[in-house]
Amino acid sequence: MNKIQTVFIGLILLLIPLSCWSAELTREQIKGLDEQVQDIKKDVLAISAELQTLEEKLLYPSTSQISLFVSTGNEQSYSPDAVQIKIDGKKVMHYIYSFKEIDALRRGGVQRIFTGNILGGNHTLDIRVIGRMGGSKTKRKASYTIKKGIGPKLVEIKLGSGSSAIKIVDQ
Amino acid sequence: MFQRIIILTFVCFSAITFAAPANKDLFFSEALYYAYQEKYFDAISKIDAELGQYYGLDEPELNSLYFYLNQAEFSIGDFELYYRMHKRAGRAIKSVLEGNVKDTVRNDAAYRLAKIYHQKQQPINALHTIQRIKGEVPDKIKYDLKLLKAQIFISNNMFSDAIELLSSIENAPAVDGYASYNLAIAYIGNNETTKGIIQLDKTGLINSSDKAVLAIRDKANLVLGYKLMENKQPERAIKYFERIRLDGPFSNRALLGSGWAALAEKKYKKAIVPWRILAKRNVTNQSVQEVLLGLPFAYGKLEVYGKAAILYGNALAAYSKELKKLDDSIKNIREGKFLEAVVREEYRKDKNWLINLRNLPDAPETHYLMQLLASNDFQESLKNYFDLDDLEKKISSWDGYLDSYTEIIKHRKNYYTPLFPGMQEKFRLLDSRMKLRLAQRKKIADRLSKMLIAPRPDYLAKVDERLALNKIHSIEKKYKSSSNPNSAKITARIKRLKGVINWNIETEYQERFTEADKNLQLLNKHIDELKTRYRTFVRTRQAATQSYMGYDDQIAQLKNRMRFADEKIKLLLARQGHMLELMSINELEKRRKRIEELQIKARFSLAESYDRAVKKQQNIELEQEKNGRLKKETDIKPDDKKVTGDK
Repeated sequence: MNKIQTVFIGLILLLIPLSCWSAELTREQIKGLDEQVQDIKKDVLAISAELQTLEEKLLYPSTSQISLFVSTGNEQSYSPDAVQIKIDGKKVMHYIYSFKEIDALRRGGVQRIFTGNILGGNHTLDIRVIGRMGGSKTKRKASYTIKKGIGPKLVEIKLGSGSSAIKIVDQ
Repeated sequence: MFQRIIILTFVCFSAITFAAPANKDLFFSEALYYAYQEKYFDAISKIDAELGQYYGLDEPELNSLYFYLNQAEFSIGDFELYYRMHKRAGRAIKSVLEGNVKDTVRNDAAYRLAKIYHQKQQPINALHTIQRIKGEVPDKIKYDLKLLKAQIFISNNMFSDAIELLSSIENAPAVDGYASYNLAIAYIGNNETTKGIIQLDKTGLINSSDKAVLAIRDKANLVLGYKLMENKQPERAIKYFERIRLDGPFSNRALLGSGWAALAEKKYKKAIVPWRILAKRNVTNQSVQEVLLGLPFAYGKLEVYGKAAILYGNALAAYSKELKKLDDSIKNIREGKFLEAVVREEYRKDKNWLINLRNLPDAPETHYLMQLLASNDFQESLKNYFDLDDLEKKISSWDGYLDSYTEIIKHRKNYYTPLFPGMQEKFRLLDSRMKLRLAQRKKIADRLSKMLIAPRPDYLAKVDERLALNKIHSIEKKYKSSSNPNSAKITARIKRLKGVINWNIETEYQERFTEADKNLQLLNKHIDELKTRYRTFVRTRQAATQSYMGYDDQIAQLKNRMRFADEKIKLLLARQGHMLELMSINELEKRRKRIEELQIKARFSLAESYDRAVKKQQNIELEQEKNGRLKKETDIKPDDKKVTGDK
């Protein structure tokens, strides 16, 4: 009896892959799976959003949070190659831009370049930017004092050409 | 008049200024930064997080996102559309079709949605979507939208509507070729075959330097050529096949069709010309495989049986080789090597990853899958597979994050728990002292404000004056009921002293009041500083508490959700992968079956060619023999005569 059972199971196992590979796909099957993929995307997006909020709350509480953002506006003649940022003399970020990122900045996107924690009070912010103006290379630096209060500190670093090449918008 | 203009200008300017947001919302702009890089998952997730926080605010109108709310709500749907989340009940559809944004922005997104439905062969959904486009349309899609609408009409068998629409844009440069070709298809669909053929002929003559337009021109000629072949008009079909470029995507089928048309006309030599060109091309191509059989057939018709037999032999060898290749490919796919090869990061980073699949080193099957790779179903399935692969990687990395967070929380708890009781005690003490001082300050402020209405100089007496007055009052009381003979004198002195003090207070009242107010302002300043420090302390204490309390449930829930999501992703990844493999195998099996059919035909034809070649040879030999005999006979006869003569 056992032998028969074994042979029977063996036959079924042999047949499974054959039936699997020989199946014809219908439009409904393709659509059904596509919708399931969309559902899981939705679930994972919800997890991601919650995780981001949790991360911010846990790692960067508003009392000590500082976030630095970089924007360039739609200026086509200037593009940043790399940015270096120091807070109170300590290097916190060195970032090299890709072509896609520069394009995103030019189209109005803003990059959050750094998020960290600092104590309340005044702090020095040193920014150095290497970029391209037309065809030539440019090097610029600027220093600012920022004041950290109780709430999260948001600072926008505007890069561009002209007289105010590096501008700070303290929000 | 001038004044009116100024007022009007001012009103207009104020309106513009009022409408413009005070500050840009950095977090929304950050989401755009990701969207512009086509990182739609990150963009959606960032807006989701931002909107979640925004809706939890007590006074959302004070948040900078308030000014961008409509845009953010629309963008989230728009990005979902880019991320191929277009489920009918999903928010992408609602945002795109009902979004409170400019017409041009909404219509652009609705156009993309309709296009997705059309590509996914959901004509009714596509029709409903495109019919909801109203108002201004962005210039860049003006003609594309009309073309898409016409194509959707064709898919829904609304041929008359399609003809009307396409006729209006037939000559628009933006849709050059496409409108014309679709118009021909619409005519044929509407049973106006003659008009359809004329339109295809017209499309087949379009002059352009654009590769895409040239391809559509070739396609029109090809369709027309084969249509005429179907209608048994090969002599007319040849003209259209000959119009097709030899280096275009339809050249192989054109060469094949051209040969068949010539063959149908019994112009065998003419058929050989295109077929010989085609036979030298990549043998994985279906037309090339067909022509391997067609070419010897034409030679056979020309009674060059030997050559035909050799070519049939070559065809058989090529078919065997291709069948072996296909078997290996099917085996590779079943072993999962195809998916392994396509999901490699280095290929996906390239913009032309789909085209590059042709040259996958470890997956020779991709040469056979070109047609399949070009189909929308396969491309969408492949993109879904990539997305699922990315999601799986994300979930896996997040799991590590949650473990780290749990560790951080544990350390914080161990650090803060012993510190809190002492800190709480100090805080209670400080809190009660602060409350007392604040009450005192309030009392002084109230008094001063009342004194503005009803002056009370006594309130402004200095400490020494108050002490002196107290003393004077007690002396006055003592001598009031006294029988001392000097009491009158003393009372007079007391009055004088009181008078001096009151004089000073009364005359210096204004200065003293100003001084008191100044002191109150100074006190207010200190109180404000104290309040700030108090608030900082409270927030820091709160932050310290919040840094480790109340996360356990959230983290546990997130872990659970991530585990479920991970299991589901793995399952879907396997199913999607299996579907892709099945699509590929089905395609390869189809090609395999066709080659097997060709192989059987080739075998029979080879045998037949040999027979005919042998028969021909025998006929030649018989003929030669006959001729030889005849010649012999004719040669003999004069000799005989000669012999006879000689005799």
